[in-house]
Order: sequence, then structure tokens, then C-alpha cells
Amino acid sequence: MTQSVLAGTSGTSRPEVADSPPLATAPRGRKRRGQGVAYLFLSPWIIGATLLTIGPMAASLYLSFTDYDLFSPPNWIGVENYVTMFTGDERFWHAAWVTTKYVLISVPLKLGLALAVAMLLNRPRMGVGLYRSAFYAPSLLGASVSVALAWRALFSTDGTVDKVLASVGVDTGGWVDQPQYALLTLVALAAWQFGAPMVIFLAGLKQVPKELYEAAAIDGAGPARRFLSVTLPMLSPVILFNLVLETIHAFQAFTGAFVVSSGRGGPSDSTLLYPLYLYQRGFTDFRMGYASAMAWVLLAVVAILTALVFRSARRWVFYAGEDR
Amino acid sequence: MSTSLASTGKVVWPRKVVWHVLVLGVLLVLLYPVIWLVSTSFKPATEVISTLALLPREPTGNNYAEVFDGVGEFGVLHYFWNSLMISAGAVVGNVVSCSLAAYAFGRLHFRGRGPMFGFMMITIMLPQHVVLIPQYVIFQQMDMVNTFWPLILPKFLATDAFFIFLMVQFIRTLPRELDEAATLDGCGPVGVFRHVILPLLRPALITTAIFTFIWTWNDFFSQLIYLNDPEKFTLPLALQLFIDQATQSAFGPMFAMSVLALLPIGLFFLAFQRFLVDGVATSGIKG
Repeated sequence: MTQSVLAGTSGTSRPEVADSPPLATAPRGRKRRGQGVAYLFLSPWIIGATLLTIGPMAASLYLSFTDYDLFSPPNWIGVENYVTMFTGDERFWHAAWVTTKYVLISVPLKLGLALAVAMLLNRPRMGVGLYRSAFYAPSLLGASVSVALAWRALFSTDGTVDKVLASVGVDTGGWVDQPQYALLTLVALAAWQFGAPMVIFLAGLKQVPKELYEAAAIDGAGPARRFLSVTLPMLSPVILFNLVLETIHAFQAFTGAFVVSSGRGGPSDSTLLYPLYLYQRGFTDFRMGYASAMAWVLLAVVAILTALVFRSARRWVFYAGEDR
Repeated sequence: MSTSLASTGKVVWPRKVVWHVLVLGVLLVLLYPVIWLVSTSFKPATEVISTLALLPREPTGNNYAEVFDGVGEFGVLHYFWNSLMISAGAVVGNVVSCSLAAYAFGRLHFRGRGPMFGFMMITIMLPQHVVLIPQYVIFQQMDMVNTFWPLILPKFLATDAFFIFLMVQFIRTLPRELDEAATLDGCGPVGVFRHVILPLLRPALITTAIFTFIWTWNDFFSQLIYLNDPEKFTLPLALQLFIDQATQSAFGPMFAMSVLALLPIGLFFLAFQRFLVDGVATSGIKG
């Protein structure tokens, strides 16, 4: 099962795996006819990729150099949007900073929780399957407006969190109303959905050969040592996969911030995640050129980060039997 | 401490109990917000925020009655229906278009397959913001803003590349001998797809259908952008109407509607939990 998770990891970095099964047996004529049919099968995807992905990507790159506002034709203004963004827009830098904090706290927290609970559940006990499903449930619910609304209420002044903390003598007030805590409610909402990476970790843990633990135990390794020397290295491909997926995901978080701050990113812009600011610029201020430029900066940042993670992976990801 | 006195059989038993208690404890904290949401939806207005008590002292269905009467201009069923139409359309679109593309990528040989597959994989990672504005302009030019088309049509063009990848992975595990046998019996590529691949692909099709449904049902961003006429609003958008007037008196109905919006996901989850969780385990769906 993990096999395909791993295949997923390598598939995303090395897509040419697709070419591996060659079929040389078909005679020429049939092969050519097969080609036509192949394009027929692919035609929805080809149309979609062209009209809804490649075309729009090129168009948004072009629009990022214009002052497009949706109502009048775009005028070429060169790099002005980018210059404004980097030198004259405090809210842009603020949004970038809020998003950085959000990603740096929520992703490790989510993955840490996922791994911890996966370790807890990774034993042959009655009801493990049921528990696994129950822990996964928040991952399905968490993206909804419903849960975001519940979150807003739970973390508001006199909400459950406020009252519980007050009862143990910690007086924070409502988190959603205070700039220093508001982002933490979004972090909590993200971490709450640790079930999906947990399920992937569990599948990975099942693949770790029992002999390795036995051998380590014979060598006198305690639980901590076994975790560091056996579990973590054996799990590293899965950690890489989860890390990349969750990071890309975190950069695009929107619904929670929108609902908790009524679409404004407040209080004091403390929940102004980058996608929310992009939305405001594009669809509230109708500065579509500017929003396009922001989208390309986002793409560049995500692409560079992903590349860096994959690069660093050579040093810390261990593939069993990779010397083959 | 006294365990050393007990027999080994007795030492094992309490450890199991401790484990179950620990897991259940964590689970309770984790699911508390959901339990709280459901229970609050049955509380009368006076109780909604005044008490920490989880269970309503005087349970009431008034919040639900109010929501059925009307949120904004329409009753909750109107929004429910809109959400359902979009989700159902998206499911059909994804299942059809992604299985067609996956068959081509997984089994057929054609010029440009490698680069195309590579590009398809990259689009899985692509933040949607980078195509958002031109797509909006396209649909605006076609007079489709404020209709369901911008939310359904792309699914028929296989834009959710993730599901293509999921099905390609699945198709690669199917034995090629079956294709060859069908070919010997006179099946062309279309016949092989219809009579061999499609029936065997069922588990992957079901996974695709369920996840497409849930993601579309929960989707907020694209619906927010493309739908601004209350008549076309979906459940998430109608819920958002509450946000600005979120005074405590509106909390009851708001949570009643939240629960109704989560209900289909809950039912899907109960019916297909094994499918969902295994789907994540085998393919790394982000969920």
C-alpha cells in the first residue's frame, strides 16, 4: 500500500516513470490507429489543459504586467505591479509575513500530531480501524464553512476556549478578536485536520520490517533510540511526501481566514493570509492585474520551496534498497 | 507499582485499557468541536453562548424550523439543492473525463505521452490562483458568471488532474494479459476500455466520486467568486450570509444550518469510511 504512496512521491518528482512499460508487439498499422484513439480518449484533458490551464497561465502572466480591472481593456504597465508590491505595499509584506508564520507553525504541528497519533495507533489492538477512521473525520469536515463558523464561536470572547482557559486562571479573552492570538485559531484549525497525513503515516509504518526493531532491541536500543534510528529513517520518504503536500496546501489556505475575519483578514490584518489578500485585491478592488502578479509570486515561492525541499531530501530521505 | 506482584497475564490487560482510554480521550478532545456544534444547534437562543454545558438543558428544534423557513430570501432546501446540483455535476464530470484520460496515460501509446504526463503531474501541484483571473474572464465572456457552469464544466475537461493520477496508478496494477486476451477476441482500444478496464476500475472510480463530491460540497473559494446572486447560492455561501450579522441571537439557526451542511459529508463518511481512509492510505489524497 505504501508502495503507491512512495510511487506517488517519486512520480511527482520524476514523472517519466510513465514511459517505463513499452509495448513493442503491436504491428505498425494498429499502433498508428491506436494513436488516434489515444488522442480521442485524451481529448477532454487536452482541451482542459489548453483552455483552462496553459492559456490562462499565459494570460495571467501577461495581465500581471498590466493595469487590468475587468471593465476596461488592459494597459501594459511593465513591472509596475511587481515594483509596487515589493516596495510600496505594506499589506503585501504583511500578508506574506502572516502566511510565513502560518505555514511555519501549522505544517510542523500538523505533521507532528499526525506522526504521534499514528505511532499510538500502530499496534494490533481491537478497534484500531475504527479509531483510524474517527481521527480522519476532521480532515473531511475541516475545509467547510460550517466548521470554520464553529471555530469562530469556540474561540470568541466568552466562547468555550476563553472560558476553559479562564477557569484555570489564564485570561486571554477571545482569540479571534485579538491580533496576537487570531492567527493561532487558524493554526489550530489546520492542525485539527491532521488525520489525512496520519493515515498516510500509518500506511508507512506498516511497511517497516519488524526485524529491524528486533535487531535494534537486541543491540540494546531503547524506544527513543529505535524511533530515531529505525522509524524515522524508514519513514522519511513518507515524511517528505506529507511535508511537500501539506506545505503547498498551507500556502493556499483561505476559507478559515475568510470566515473567522468576515473576509477582512482582521483584527489588524493578523489573519490576512496571502490568498485572502489576493482575493481582496482581485475581487473586491478589481485590481486584476495586481492580483495576477501576486498569483505568480505565490507560484514562484511555492515552486522554489518545493524544489528546495526535494533537493534537501537527498540528504535526509532514505530509500530502502536504493543502492540496487 | 504493584504490577510486579501480579501475574504476567494481568499486566497485559491494564496496558490495553490504558491505551484505549488514552486514544478515546484524545478522540474526545478532537471531536469536541463537532459534538459542540451539533448540540448547540439544538439549544434555545438563551442557552447558546451563556453556558459551557455541552448538552442543551431544554433541547429545541426551533433553530432548524427557522432555517427551513428561510435564510435570506430562501429556505435551506433551496441552497441544499444548489449544492447538490453542483456536486453531482462535478462527480459525473470527474469520473468520466479522468477515467478516459487515465486509460490513455496508463495503457495507450502515443506521441508526446511522456511530456504530457509530466505536465499533468505538475498541474496537480499548481496553485489555482495562477489561472483564476483569466478563467474568470473566460467564463464572464461566455456569460456564465452566476451560473453553475464555471463550477461543473472544468470537471468535464479533467482539470482535477489528481484523480487522473489516482486512476493511472490503479490501471497500472491491472494485469496486461486481460487487455491482450480482449484484443485477441477482437476488441479495439475502446472495447478494452469498456469491457476490461472500466469494470475493474470501479474502486478507483468510487474513490474519485466520493472525494469529488465532498470537496465540491465543501468548496467555498470558487463558489464565492462565481456565484453572487442569492438565488444561485450554495450552502457555504448561504452560511456566509450569517457571518456579518453573527450576533449571538443568530447563532442557533446558523449552527443548525452548519449541521445540515455537514450532514451529507457525515453520511458519506459513515457509509464509505473504509473506502475513504484506504483511498488516502494508498494514494496520499490530501483530504
